[in-house]
Amino acid sequence: MSVDMRTFLAHVELANPITTAAGCASSGQELSQFFDLHRLGALTTRSITMAPRAGRPTPRMAETPSGMLNAVGLQGPGIEAFLERELPWLAQRGIKTIVSIGGGTVAEYSELARRLADAPGVTALEVNLSCPNMEDRGRVFAREGSAAAEVIASVRSIMRYDVPVVAKLAPDVADIVAVARACVDAGADALSMINNPLGMAIDTEALRPSLAAVTGGLSGPAILPLAVRCVWQVHAALPGVPLIGVGGVMSGQDAFQLVLAGACAVGVGTALFHDPYACLRIERELEDLLRARGFQRLADAVGLAHRPPGSAPRHLLVDTEESTP
Amino acid sequence: MQVTGTVLTTRRVDAYHALTVVAPGIAERYRPGHFVSVAVGGPHTSMVTRRALSIHDVKADYGGTVELVFTTRGPGTAWLAERRARDTLDLVGPLGRPFPLPRDPAHCVLVGSEYGSAVLFPLADALLARGCRVDFVLGGAGAERVFGAMRARRMATTTTLTTEDGSLGLRGKVTDALPSVIADTRADVVYACAPMETLRSVTAVAMEFDIPVQAAVEESMACGIGVCMTCVLPVIGDDGATRMVRACVEGPVFRGERVRFEDVGTIPFDALGAPGGGARHVS
Repeated sequence: MSVDMRTFLAHVELANPITTAAGCASSGQELSQFFDLHRLGALTTRSITMAPRAGRPTPRMAETPSGMLNAVGLQGPGIEAFLERELPWLAQRGIKTIVSIGGGTVAEYSELARRLADAPGVTALEVNLSCPNMEDRGRVFAREGSAAAEVIASVRSIMRYDVPVVAKLAPDVADIVAVARACVDAGADALSMINNPLGMAIDTEALRPSLAAVTGGLSGPAILPLAVRCVWQVHAALPGVPLIGVGGVMSGQDAFQLVLAGACAVGVGTALFHDPYACLRIERELEDLLRARGFQRLADAVGLAHRPPGSAPRHLLVDTEESTP
Repeated sequence: MQVTGTVLTTRRVDAYHALTVVAPGIAERYRPGHFVSVAVGGPHTSMVTRRALSIHDVKADYGGTVELVFTTRGPGTAWLAERRARDTLDLVGPLGRPFPLPRDPAHCVLVGSEYGSAVLFPLADALLARGCRVDFVLGGAGAERVFGAMRARRMATTTTLTTEDGSLGLRGKVTDALPSVIADTRADVVYACAPMETLRSVTAVAMEFDIPVQAAVEESMACGIGVCMTCVLPVIGDDGATRMVRACVEGPVFRGERVRFEDVGTIPFDALGAPGGGARHVS
């Protein structure tokens, strides 16, 4: 018996909950030589900026215990080239695409939303409020609810009503629930968490920081518990809001943790660097885990770990009721 | 493609390690200059990035084998060095853009420093098969760090060896010997694989002689397949604009004169999308 893996991101149905994490699938074409991108729940693009960006100097990457630091600096072709080449390539193939956008000002986010509002092939818009690589260190929108809300409200007012706006949140905040609530109040249809927390490594041979940019975003299994905690807290406070859980997912079991904490979709990032087929493997492993625990639908497992102690899992109760006519 | 390969043999080559792995899918598609990425540390490892390794040899035995050459530089390559026959390895490849080969027989000088030389041997085979003349210039810090000197001597018309401590061949760097080799062999093209600084000097020498140079760069990579954006370097495109391109998919082989070696490790101010450079479209 197969498990119903369909999930909803606001009103948009995805065939399965596994998406690529922003910035980890480049334009999508690189991964398509390994597997059929239609098998993803959705592909999330790298964060698209207005102007082309050359990014940060190298070294941009340092391996750390159970993870890695990156300081790529949103290298990308800019919105023009994205709309001309990358998005049509995905749209023509009918690949569900979550377009991530990044900007330095509210006006820049708004302009990006305007350019994407009429573009075919945008399944959802993810607003990167929290990229720790941005040059403009004074404006990390995700650190403050009001700044994040301003961006979300503007983008939401511009995007078509049928394209969900997803706010991507950072874990480097005093109260992630407050930022999440501010984004939802401003009109975010869903939330994605977590972006990379900032980290740093020092090269003990060179006696200097390992990254040219000094600090970088930490990703990989090291941050999974951080992601589970953030998803848990936000789902507890805002149980009706769809969450994309992202952060250090390497296996179906990791994805299952995020689902049980309250995520209805799961982003896979650093695992793709290790294994280009990671999304397919994780989807299969998650389905196997759900089946082994008697779930018929993924939706029944979302947020299940929040049930009060002593109560039986909902999906098993339903089963017994149905089998006693 | 991804292949779970079985280690056939392991050996030490001078100061380096070589692993022969049964990987039919990769061996079949391989062309000189391609590389593979290897997952290190086993299934429950804490090492999340793959290691990019150069291919030294490809054989048809056992359906197809590849020989990978590396030096131990950290816990990942140390783990690789501990692999024994019958262990399995997770390989993805062949990756990257291979060396372009001349259409007509040409005089080719192949320059390699340290274990960068490894990729030049399958290239030399391909060049010889096309009737090219092949001459090697190989170097390293000391005699044990000059990779493949014996094999080069068997294949090439001439082989020039250099060591910085003078323990083998000429004392100095490969670029000290290169001008006379180019002149003596009336070389038409230079192929090189070496650290960035050496490639920079090799390119300068080749440009002096006004001959093309195909340089394979050794950048550190996390994924090897073009998604992580960490292995970039500034390269001048056909349109004259400098872009930060990925060594893994746009390279690792570049036309030397197109690579801005002096700017590697920086974002040149005139690169496409450089901070402060070009017009910003913010309204």
